[in-house]
Amino acid sequence: MNEIFHNLWPEYDSGRFFCELTAPRPDVGPVPQWLAERLQTIGLEALRSRASAAETDLIDLGVTFTVYSDATAIDRILPFDCIPRILTASEWDLLERACIQRVQTLNLFLGDIYGKGQVVKDGIIPAELVYGNSNYRPEMKDFPVPHGTYLHVCGIDIIRDEKGDFRVLEDNARTPSGVSYVIENRHLMLRTFPDLMAGIKLKPVDDYGRRLRAAMAEVAPGDHADPQVVLLSPGIYNSAYFEHVFLAREMGVPLVVGADLVVEKDRVFMRTTSGLKPVHTIYRRLNDDFLDPEVFRPDSMLGVPGLIRAWKKGNVAIANAVGTGVADDKAVYAYMPRIIKYYLGEEPLIQNVDTHICREEEGLNYTLANLDKLVTKPVGESGGYGITIGPRASKEELETVRETIKANPDNWISQPMIGLSVGPTLAEDGIGPRHLDLRPFIITGRDSWVLPGGLSRVAMKKGSLIVNSSQGGGSKDTWVLAERYGQGGKS
Amino acid sequence: MNHMRDPGLLARDAEGLFWMARYLERVENIARLIDVTQSFESPGFETEAWYGLIRINADEANFRERGFSADAVHVKRFYLLDKGNSTSIPACLEGARTNARTLRPLMSTEMWRQINMFHRFVSRITPENLEGDALSRLCTKIKEGVQAHTGITQGTLHRDQGWYFYELGRYIERADQTTRMLDIKYTALLPRGKEEKRVAELTQWNAILRAAAGYHAFKRQARAQFAPEDVVHFLLRDPSSPRSALLCIRRIESHLDDLRRYYGLSTVAEALELSEMLRELILEKPLGHILATGLHEYLDLIQIHLHELAGAVGRVFFRDWRPAPISAQKQVQTQVSA
Repeated sequence: MNEIFHNLWPEYDSGRFFCELTAPRPDVGPVPQWLAERLQTIGLEALRSRASAAETDLIDLGVTFTVYSDATAIDRILPFDCIPRILTASEWDLLERACIQRVQTLNLFLGDIYGKGQVVKDGIIPAELVYGNSNYRPEMKDFPVPHGTYLHVCGIDIIRDEKGDFRVLEDNARTPSGVSYVIENRHLMLRTFPDLMAGIKLKPVDDYGRRLRAAMAEVAPGDHADPQVVLLSPGIYNSAYFEHVFLAREMGVPLVVGADLVVEKDRVFMRTTSGLKPVHTIYRRLNDDFLDPEVFRPDSMLGVPGLIRAWKKGNVAIANAVGTGVADDKAVYAYMPRIIKYYLGEEPLIQNVDTHICREEEGLNYTLANLDKLVTKPVGESGGYGITIGPRASKEELETVRETIKANPDNWISQPMIGLSVGPTLAEDGIGPRHLDLRPFIITGRDSWVLPGGLSRVAMKKGSLIVNSSQGGGSKDTWVLAERYGQGGKS
Repeated sequence: MNHMRDPGLLARDAEGLFWMARYLERVENIARLIDVTQSFESPGFETEAWYGLIRINADEANFRERGFSADAVHVKRFYLLDKGNSTSIPACLEGARTNARTLRPLMSTEMWRQINMFHRFVSRITPENLEGDALSRLCTKIKEGVQAHTGITQGTLHRDQGWYFYELGRYIERADQTTRMLDIKYTALLPRGKEEKRVAELTQWNAILRAAAGYHAFKRQARAQFAPEDVVHFLLRDPSSPRSALLCIRRIESHLDDLRRYYGLSTVAEALELSEMLRELILEKPLGHILATGLHEYLDLIQIHLHELAGAVGRVFFRDWRPAPISAQKQVQTQVSA
């Protein structure tokens, strides 16, 4: 850490972890120092009072997610940390290319496994992992989608290890959420901390809605000049409802719930005051299971009877496509580096975290022998549930995990414990290091586009590695520097 | 050339706008009624005055079932604190906010923010706020909360067909509430002495005019000699009084007509017919006759017609859409996003 930081924040110590602000990077220039100096000028007290005013603002504006415990619903905000995370122009260049590479691969993979299944026949991935996967939808077999795009919206969780190398932790290929916070966080920074940002050129984040709408129009069936796009939400009781509202507004399309839509003669319509109006593309934030009670869960009250029929007739587009969950499964993830190479003939631009697959004997033995050093994760879960961090678990916890894994090894993977990078974060005892990850969002219609930056989630608790909002994580504004700053930041 | 398209309006959103407006209008009017009731209170007869509020809202059964007894404190709590009473201010505001939540894609950020903050204010009303002079201040704050909403809506809500449904809800509710405000006279007690009675009656009519925000305007146009039918005329038939039943019904007719004219909603016919009948009902009979044969029954009849009109708007425009059963909520919550 260079002297300037040392003088400004004598207590700040990122330890063995890569620090997203103080670590030297070739093209970051003087930006981190400016930031540190500006924070110093504002002072801790003023930072805290501005941060708390900003949080009240979020509550008033209803930028919230809803947490349900027993019978009560509580509107919570995603805690916001005012010290941004900075990505340099060259880092972003790599991230952007890596994200596109990954989404391209995932789309080719999905087209293949719902088509000829060449990737399985060629022995790249075991058939059982694909066709035996609970998220594989046989209904999708031999049903080509426009432009081969299955993942219209994808979020890729990326972390940074002790050396500062990026690693892909997880693909989110179903209905990834969090993008609204990327944009709201930027607005919040502009409103509340304009003095931190003054004069620093950043890549803008406000093009997301337009891009999403354009992609939805590109995949619409037929040749409508202006296809009707809708956002299908489970409704106001869903924890991500704010985001659904946000996206509907940014796209300028109606937010509908299942009851608003009806299928007649294999075409989808929405119920308006002047009768039924045709719908061409549905950006759905509803899980596969609930989409159509005629095909999936018959007890679904959120879906639209006949929707899949209309889709298969080519009368409506659904984004993301049905059956994409198989691609973001934690077991399939382990094979991604080989799958990328198989389709594109390229090495992954950003590597996976090393993954041991417990359904394979070697992986299982290794995992069981090293439980205390590994992070174990159930496959097919999301939101950070069911994860055990070996080095932090008690003996009893490890024994429970051992029994659970042995009972059903197919359901588990393990990974080495990665020392996630940290960023300076405003905490009760001053500015301290907190662990971070990054979720860039990629939109794909005909082509792919990556929203500059992404959601930087931060574990607000000291030492915690779990950044999920459902488990007390917060977020930061993510700055992508719009230009390469000279060889400044002398460290 | 105009390249913009008419985005249409979801039937569910039309219904949401209609009800959000109704709920908020109701909140303002309950606050007005409570304020006027307080001025009807005469020493020794507090209970009668306050229980009158329960009667004009036809809340007798509801009030009993919620476990309240007929005294002033309980009536105030029933309307200002009891979230479980569907006709209370907190419950109406909850209803307004739930609708607002579904309408957020259509509403301005300012509207949502104000409802959100107003909701928080109302959910924090305490029993102390209902005591003594605090009550009138509380009513003022509540009225101002709705007025802020109305003003923000006026200045920021997009004037497409959604706005018409919002206005329909507001005016149907307002007309209904004005008739209830007049009806409060029906339950009010009067002293026996002739002169005392005359003074008390004048005080009560004035209080009603103040509750309807019409006191000064009424004075400007009333005869020197006070006559009760002038007040009734002012609140039912004056085309310039912003809360009169006639003004409300004329607005309703004009909005329905605009929906047909500008948005091609020819299905307004049934509702238009009902509103014409309603207008005739308000205007046809001499007031002297109405007062002699029973104002209460007459007001009841207007309320029934308003109810039918609201029903017709619902049948025609919100028809296809059915809300999901409560059990669907659990499914909504299980829709996890990664």
